[in-house]
Amino acid sequence: MTLTTDTAAARPRPAAAADHDHGHDLDLDELAGLRTVPARHPWRWAAGIAALVVLAQFAHGLATNPGWDWATFRVYFTADTILQAIGRTLELTAYGTVLGFLLGAGVAAMRLSRSAVLRSIAWAYVWVFRSIPLIVQLVFWFNLSYLYKRFGFGIPFGPTFGDFETVGVLGALGAAVLGLGLHQAAFAAEIIRGGIIAVDAGQREAAAALGIPRWRQARRIVLPQAMRGILPAAANEVISLLKGTSVVYVMAIGELFYQTQVIYGRTGRVVPLLMVATVWYVVLTTVLSIGQYYVERHFARGAQRTPPPTPLQRVRAFVHSLPDRTRPAARTSGGQS
Amino acid sequence: MTTLTKTGPAGAAPMVRVRGLHKSFGRLEVLRGVDLDVPAGSVTVVLGPSGSGKSTLLRAINHLEKLDRGHVAIDGELIGYRRAGDRLYELKEREVLRQRTGIGFVFQNFNLFPHLTVLENLVEAPVAALRRPRAEARATALALLERVGLADKAAAYPRQLSGGQQQRVAIARALALEPKVLLFDEPTSALDPELVGEVLDVIKDLARSGTTMIVVTHEIGFAREVADTVVFMDGGVVVEQGPPAEVLDRPRQERTRAFLAKVL
Ligand SMILES: Nc1ncnc2c1ncn2[C@@H]1O[C@H](COP(=O)(O)OP(=O)(O)OP(=O)(O)O)[C@@H](O)[C@H]1O
Ligand SMILES: [Mg+2]
Repeated sequence: MTLTTDTAAARPRPAAAADHDHGHDLDLDELAGLRTVPARHPWRWAAGIAALVVLAQFAHGLATNPGWDWATFRVYFTADTILQAIGRTLELTAYGTVLGFLLGAGVAAMRLSRSAVLRSIAWAYVWVFRSIPLIVQLVFWFNLSYLYKRFGFGIPFGPTFGDFETVGVLGALGAAVLGLGLHQAAFAAEIIRGGIIAVDAGQREAAAALGIPRWRQARRIVLPQAMRGILPAAANEVISLLKGTSVVYVMAIGELFYQTQVIYGRTGRVVPLLMVATVWYVVLTTVLSIGQYYVERHFARGAQRTPPPTPLQRVRAFVHSLPDRTRPAARTSGGQS
Repeated sequence: MTTLTKTGPAGAAPMVRVRGLHKSFGRLEVLRGVDLDVPAGSVTVVLGPSGSGKSTLLRAINHLEKLDRGHVAIDGELIGYRRAGDRLYELKEREVLRQRTGIGFVFQNFNLFPHLTVLENLVEAPVAALRRPRAEARATALALLERVGLADKAAAYPRQLSGGQQQRVAIARALALEPKVLLFDEPTSALDPELVGEVLDVIKDLARSGTTMIVVTHEIGFAREVADTVVFMDGGVVVEQGPPAEVLDRPRQERTRAFLAKVL
């Protein structure tokens, strides 16, 4: 393979051509008309092909091994019971997230407050609820009625105005939401606090120097900037809560994992039903991840001189650049002989 | 509202009065009895070696730093305290925040709000602290941007601006509250040398229009040109003060001479 045949024909070169590449008399003007051949990467290609072969083998196994039982998978993937169970899972995730982050924001605010009492209480809350395994807490709330038969309103240590049975109020679902929310709040509090303390102290000082009221300083100046730090960790939490809802199966709540268990308990088809749950969890997580991307982008305003393009913009730019990309490639391959 | 009585020689009370300021951080005594009078419409430049307490003095004037002893009054209003009979009551934060709207502060490192556009940076405080209608605040903000030569940057984010432009926005932001006095803490020392001029030009323009200012800076040339009074601080006290021609060219104190010999 020679690189010079074409160009040598187009542009006669002096006899001592070999010296030309190195000598001090390298003539850059002469290079202007030459074609460029991109560097080749044979090992990159080999490694890529090897990886694809392994993947293809695995995919082939998935498709042909009867153990995966895709027929059963197809039957149950969109079965009504499963769809209802997904609704339950989403419901638990939503309630847990809302309760967790609202309570967590309160606990974070307490931990950052100037009152030593509030700070200590918030610290203790985080300490306790991070220490108790979620499943222990859930079973505990489920059995609350054993501890407190009746629940009353009134003056602390004084007379009560009214009361009701705990069993009726805190059903299995209520206990699950309470447990998930309280557990989540401890983690959310630390995430929110972390985001807030990462905002430059000068920002708060500038806001104070401008006389902006304290509450507005927090909402308009500090929190939007803190969100950049909070969001990735918060998205992690929401996603792990989504999957974490599967532990409430211990309370026989018909969420996704419990429902798949019920079905494979009846039919004995464990693997395809586990796959049903798995694929649904992946789908839901994907939706959340996409949402995360756009929310993060919203809070990145002003963070960079030129904001990066969205994936959609990137795809569009790529499509537009395709003609340019293919043309030189075609020419260089034609240039080889 | 309480006034520290006594009027200046010209008959008008000084805009800013500082009496006997003391401030310690732990065992380090940073301010050891500072007195200062700044007449309305005048420019006071504060010079002094690093660590002499210049920033602490400015921060004490707008109560970003609480004092151990001493008092500050702006336009006859005691800052941070309220007098009732023979007692001084510490003001609530909300009250202090209201007082600060009358005191513009320009930071060394700008401290613009990076997630807000230039215009939003200027509109925020008038709307939030003074409850101005948004449309009115926008109009004022645009006029101020015009004044500092950045009318075309209203929609930009602070990080899209050069350092000099950012500091000019920060000055406009402080002006948006129409403060009685502007405090500058080394407004040009975070800037590249070629950007210092554009910021100093804006400050000079303000000086000509009669804004009361206290400027901490190391720019001796600026002090000579713009200052009505130069204050030299060292070790937490005012060593010497007077017109620039006196303090800069014929300093009476040895410490002033030594400092000027180093920076000139
Ligand atoms: N919050 C604080 N805690 C402890 N020490 C402090 C604090 N703020 C300032 N100091 C100290 O007080 C002294 C005076 O600080 P200040 O910032 O007022 O000096 P300065 O005159 O502005 O100096 P420079 O010219 O370097 O800005 C310094 O020794 C500094 O370390
Ligand atoms: Mg300083």
